[in-house]
Parts: sequence; structure tokens; C-alpha cells
Amino acid sequence: MDAGKPMVVVDDLHVVYRVFGAGGDRGTAATALLRIMGRKTRGSIREVHAIRGVSFVAYRGDAVGLIGRNGSGKSTLLRAVAGLLPAERGNVYTDGEAALLGVNAALLDDLTGERNVVLGCLAMGMTKKETKEKYPGIVEFSGMGSRLRFAIAASKSQDILLVDEALATGDAEFRVKSHARIEELRQDAGTVFLVAHNLEEVEQTCNRVIWLERGQIVTQGENVIEIIDRYIAASGGAPVERDPVTGKRIHARVPLKA
Amino acid sequence: MSNDRRLSAPGRLSDEDHGAENAGVLTAYMPDEPLAEFALAHGLRVAAERPPIGRYLKNLWQRRHFIMAFATARNIAMYTEARLGQLWQVLTPLLNAGVYFLVFGELLHVSRGIPNYLDFLVTGVFVMNFTTRAFITSSTVITESLPLIRALHFPRAALPLAYVMIELEQMMLSLVVLAIILVCTGEPISVYWLLAIPALLLQTVFCVGCGLATARLGANVNDFSQLLPFLTRTWLYVSGVLYNITTLDISRKWVALLQINPAAIYITLMRDALLATQRESQPGAQPFNKLKCQTWHLSPAKHLDWSAYCAPITNPDHYWLYGIAWAVLAIVVGFYFFWRAEAQYGRG
Repeated sequence: MDAGKPMVVVDDLHVVYRVFGAGGDRGTAATALLRIMGRKTRGSIREVHAIRGVSFVAYRGDAVGLIGRNGSGKSTLLRAVAGLLPAERGNVYTDGEAALLGVNAALLDDLTGERNVVLGCLAMGMTKKETKEKYPGIVEFSGMGSRLRFAIAASKSQDILLVDEALATGDAEFRVKSHARIEELRQDAGTVFLVAHNLEEVEQTCNRVIWLERGQIVTQGENVIEIIDRYIAASGGAPVERDPVTGKRIHARVPLKA
Repeated sequence: MSNDRRLSAPGRLSDEDHGAENAGVLTAYMPDEPLAEFALAHGLRVAAERPPIGRYLKNLWQRRHFIMAFATARNIAMYTEARLGQLWQVLTPLLNAGVYFLVFGELLHVSRGIPNYLDFLVTGVFVMNFTTRAFITSSTVITESLPLIRALHFPRAALPLAYVMIELEQMMLSLVVLAIILVCTGEPISVYWLLAIPALLLQTVFCVGCGLATARLGANVNDFSQLLPFLTRTWLYVSGVLYNITTLDISRKWVALLQINPAAIYITLMRDALLATQRESQPGAQPFNKLKCQTWHLSPAKHLDWSAYCAPITNPDHYWLYGIAWAVLAIVVGFYFFWRAEAQYGRG
């Protein structure tokens, strides 16, 4: 358990991915042929250059908060670290496989939440029996929604844990539960990355923060509160009232410790 | 753009200052050596690395329940909007066969020289339909499954495999319908029918291999899946689904080539297994008789099974060998081709 061991190295990473618009023109075989010949892309397909040259190193025991506005590349960066999105340029190096916990969307839209959970468990390599055993726990842990819950229940202790907007959904009780779970996982000697809308959660969970804008790092460091205050000022928010000694928020809204 | 300006406003945040800004904070984190060397020196691995083939196959086998569950889920989703639901799986090829029978059999008389043309046609349409559908549906599987691919780790080959399994299920349903049609039209039930099992198995392996290939092509080339129906239709017309290839007025070399193309091979294997009329009338089934063979060529309608007295262009005993060869070739090449891009599918 070497505390100084690097767990995630991101080296001048660029990520490009394609977005397929809903509908789009179906076209005919002939127009398709012309498009292939002419190397034209269809109007409804967009290429997004979401990460533009990001470098950082995260070490064992780090809990890194990613902040930045919508579309700044936070979720994309997590997916690249998880190995789910390929690097266009540069590279991501990890010590072992990183587990991504997200709540964004269902795996398959036209399935029920229940089927999504089962499918997710099977996709992660569980046997039918394990899925059956885990299922009540997953559902009980959540109460609502589907993805994050089974992922958390399933991922036991991962060396690298990537949490995307996890605490943004669910009620207070669920937030307390998942916060506790993340703490637990962190103590299991891993590295945690956290994307959260709620900056208080980043303050309370993370010892480091990376501020992204338009796919690039604006700043990063261990002075979490200072960076967050600057981020709030830059995005036009009202300054946070803090205790001058501890730096803690005076009007904390999220009770994370049960 | 007012937001951007505001971002650069508090002193040190503008783009040019990134280096200076980060330098102070980063010394604690950033090693002196190049990051790639640093990472490798500490035993880190590239995150989106594709596993070696052996481990990949093992992972794939481990996901067999996922493949079946995914196939079932897709199958249900695909037909929930139609009122007749999954019945369309059988209705579509049947209606197709009906149209072909009307146009080619009754209007154009392509049926000349073929005993029991209806069964000949329906068997061909069903078998070809499996190949075609496996090609076409697999070509869109990556694009359709992007949310899944961007959320979880699993061998991506599971996705085209699941789509081919859906088509296989439909094919087996079609074969039940076909059996009823065969019995009703006077084809005898025989032990030869058991040969349909290895024939279907070989065709499935072939379809999986090709499905893997079209899945990768469809993921990379935007309009590949649009063009594919056009290609498979051409394939249908040259593969003897609607007519007997040996009656074509082309050189023997071309006939042989058309006969051993994989679509035609799997159709022939299935016809020979299920249709007694085909087994008995195929060239080589009777000892060569020049007169009878020429009579068949000149007026095929009158002597339906005299084609049996002609010499075969492709030895019927070799059909199984070709069937095996195509299946092995497709699965090896298709799998390798798909696996090569394993880490790239999340890009879309």
C-alpha cells in the first residue's frame, strides 16, 4: 500500500466521439454510395472534440473532484479513464481496470428498469445466479432509478472508482448512503474521481480538484475550497459564506454525514 | 461569449497563463520525466487496451448469458410496435416468397426445369433471408448500442453475436413453417431432414463471422448500412434463390463460381437436406446420359427430373466441404477484423 503510487496517468489526452442525431435522413442506397465516395458525413452525425490536451496524475488515496460547466468534458474524461472512449491523441494509463458508476441514462431505452439492471449485471460478467443474488440488494439499495445502484452494489472494492453525478439524484437518505459507500471504497486503498453538480459534495469528499472548461484544464490543485470559490465567481454565482478558520460552509445544505 | 470573457477576467485564468498558473500547484503531482515513461515505469497499462485474443474469447464465453438476454431484449423491443408482433418474423419471408412465386414462377416461368418449384423457392428465400438479415442488422449494432458501449466493459463482439442469435431464432421458426409447407406439398419426411441441422449450424457460423465484419464496417463508415441492402439484393439475384444456376446461359466457369458462393452453398445444402425432389433431380444423381441431359436442356419443362442425367459442374459431394470452408474462413477473418478495433467502438 504505497501511498505515493500513481494510479491514473493522463498524458496530453484528446478525445473525439460521434453523436448520432435522432432521426436523420434515411436516404437511398444511391445517395449513400455518393456519400461514401465523397467522404461526406450525414447531417445528423456530429463529431465532438470533447477533451483537448489534458494531462494529470492521480495517486493512491486521492479523491479527485472534477468541476466545470455542462459540456466542459467532465463525463467524457471519466469515460476515457474507464477505457470506454478511445483516445484520439495522447493516452490514459491506469493501474487496473477503472469502474464507472453513472446515473445518466438507461442502457437500453426501451427496456424496463428491472431488465436494465439484469442486463447490466450480465454484461459486467456476472453469472445468472450471481445476478439473481445481487438483484434484491441492488433494488433495495436504490429504491428508484437503476444504473448507479447496481454498479455500486456490484463493484465491491475497485482500485479506481469513477463516480459520475452519482449524488445528484435520489433523496437525502440515498445521498448519505452512497456518500458512505464512496468513503468506504476510498478507504479500500483506491483512487476516486467524482463528478458532481453539487460543489458542496466535492468539497466534502475530495482532497483534489480539477477544473475543466471546453475540454481543457483551467486549473487543478489541492486547495479545493479556493479553486471552487474561484470557479463559482467565474461562472457568476454568489460567493459562498465560509467559516474563516475551517473554510467550512456556514449554511451547508447537504447533510452528508448521517 | 460573455461567459468566456468572464472566465479570463480574474487575473490568472486566461489561456496564455495556464503554464505559469499550474506550475506552482503541479510540482507536487507532475513527475519530471515524460508521462508515458512515468506511467509504464510504475506498471500502469493503457486504459483502452484490447485484450489478447485468448482472454477475449474467454470473456466472450463468460458473457453468453448476456448475449442471450440482450438478444431477447432486442427481439421484444423490435416487434412491440407491430400489432402482429413476432408473427412478422415468419410472415415477412413468407410474403416475400409469395411475391417471388407469383413474379418469377408464374409470370416469368423461371420455374421451368425445377421440380416442386414452390418448395425450391421457399427454402431458398428462407435460407437467404437468414444470411441477409444477419448482414444488415449487424451493420447497425454498434451505433444502436452506443449507450451500452459507453457505460460498461464487456467484449463488444457480444453485440453482433446477439443480433445473429435473434436471426437464428427467427430462422428456426421459419424452418418449422417450412416443414409444414413441405409436408402439405408432398415432400416426404425423411432422415435426410437431419442434415438440415449441420447445414444450419455451418450457415450460422458463417453469419456470425460476416456479422462481426459488417458490425465493424457499419461502425466506421457512416453509410455502409444504407448501402448494404443494395449489395445483399444483388447477392440474392446471383445465388440461385429463384432459379436453377445450372440453367443459366453462361460459361461453366461462371456457373461453378456462382454455385460455390457461400449464399448458394448454404441454400443448396438445405434444399438437398429437405427436398427429395432436389436430391433426385440434381445433376449426377443418375448415371450420365447425354441424350436425356440434352433433352432436359432443350425442353426442361417436359422432363422435370432429367437434369439428374447431366454431369455435375460442381461435385455435390464437395458442397459440404465448401460449406465448412466458408464458415471457418468467415469466422476467423470476421472475428480478427472485429477484435482489431475492439478499443475503438466507443468513439461511434
